[in-house]
Amino acid sequence: MISFENVNKWYGPELQVLNDVTAEVNKGEVVVLCGPSGSGKTTLIRTINRLEPINSGKITVNGQETHAKSANVNRLRREIGFVFQQFNLFPHMSVMDNITLAPRKLKGMSRPEAEEKALKLLARVGLEEKAGAYPSQLSGGQSQRVAIARSLAMDPPIILFDEPTSALDPEMVGEVLAVIKGLAHTGITMMCVTHEMGFARDVADRVWFLDKGVLLEDAKPGEFFSNPKHPRAQRFLADLRH
Amino acid sequence: MWEIIQNNWTLLLVGQYPNGPLGGLVATLLLAMAGLALAFPVAITIAVARISPYRPIRLVAAGIVHVVRGMPFLMVLFWSYFALPVLIGRPLSGFWTLVGALVLYESAYLAEVIRAGIQALPKGQEEAARSLGFGYFRTLFLVILPQALYNSLPALIGQFVSLIKETSLGYVISVNEFTYAAGQLNSQLLVQPVEVFSILAITYFIVCFTLTQSARWLEQRIARSRQGGPGGRAAQTLPNPLATEPMP
Repeated sequence: MISFENVNKWYGPELQVLNDVTAEVNKGEVVVLCGPSGSGKTTLIRTINRLEPINSGKITVNGQETHAKSANVNRLRREIGFVFQQFNLFPHMSVMDNITLAPRKLKGMSRPEAEEKALKLLARVGLEEKAGAYPSQLSGGQSQRVAIARSLAMDPPIILFDEPTSALDPEMVGEVLAVIKGLAHTGITMMCVTHEMGFARDVADRVWFLDKGVLLEDAKPGEFFSNPKHPRAQRFLADLRH
Repeated sequence: MWEIIQNNWTLLLVGQYPNGPLGGLVATLLLAMAGLALAFPVAITIAVARISPYRPIRLVAAGIVHVVRGMPFLMVLFWSYFALPVLIGRPLSGFWTLVGALVLYESAYLAEVIRAGIQALPKGQEEAARSLGFGYFRTLFLVILPQALYNSLPALIGQFVSLIKETSLGYVISVNEFTYAAGQLNSQLLVQPVEVFSILAITYFIVCFTLTQSARWLEQRIARSRQGGPGGRAAQTLPNPLATEPMP
């Protein structure tokens, strides 16, 4: 579904943020990316829908090379939901309009049809009663759940989460993770950058561990947490336990 | 003063119209509206060009902004008075000469206000829209500009107010507008300049003050609707648009 082939990225001549990353995500799989801060997790996930350019290598999504000059990036992005750390809801629109904007304008869906769909999605994230609210009236956890509903409105076969709970107060992390867990293994392909190791253990099919732009481990969660191969991953997990 | 208004209100309101050209306060308001209506889209275009991903476009837009902002309005007015007829190959009425100068001058300032409004938005807004699959222009018109224009409303209104006041400089190229009418009236009456120019000043003030107040009302209404009905939290904490000085 998503494949990386020798992907390299530099910021300037000195700082290499992605170092020869080669990996594959299968259809319907849940991959959790973890690693110390500055390791390139967020950069890697942002290269998939071309929010970040790469310097060399190849990224293929659903058979299409995303960084090719000929790629239609807008069409490609409709197929890839993206959930941000900072939610990035549109503050000048109601929750309903946030969710229906893309289906209406990009898929030509009629307003009643799009709203019906939005209500179903809101029910799925447990926020039916917030359809008429504006983003400024929502808590962080509610905002992120709306942002997830907004991504799902385009029915993407892939959804990417970039630290979806890092900007939340601790008591709101659970509600967002529950929604993401509910999505896993429903056929949608998921990649999630997170520091929530419990979530990784419970939900992930595979865990990728990055350090300094190098993909050091690609393992099943049981294997990764009980028996990490690379010393850097061992130290990372040991640090988490403190 | 009341007597002057009573005896001359048609001159002050519409100039010599219908026996001569339209002038007076109505002409001033028409000038301001035409200037605004044309300057606003031009300003948005320049603002967007200023932050275009393409360097040549950025450079041209920056050139326009810096040149215009480096000149007094009177200079721009003289230039359009002498150069515009040559450029378009036929004589141009004073009205449209002034509108041309206003559009050129004000769109440079408005563009900077709008650009600042766009750049003050979190980068994530653009990224969120692009990630959904929206292209550059749809992102701009659906997501970026509605927020940027709303956020820069106080500064935009300040700029609109100075546009209204700048129409008075049409006096020097004999455009029939409000100041010109007051000048005519003053030379008819000869001995009451204080009264005549007080009428002029008070009227300009009323027009400009009404504009700032209605903009403030509009802003509070939008803020309240975003906070869910009247009396929302944001309504009370809004900055006062009058506190923002219009740029010279």
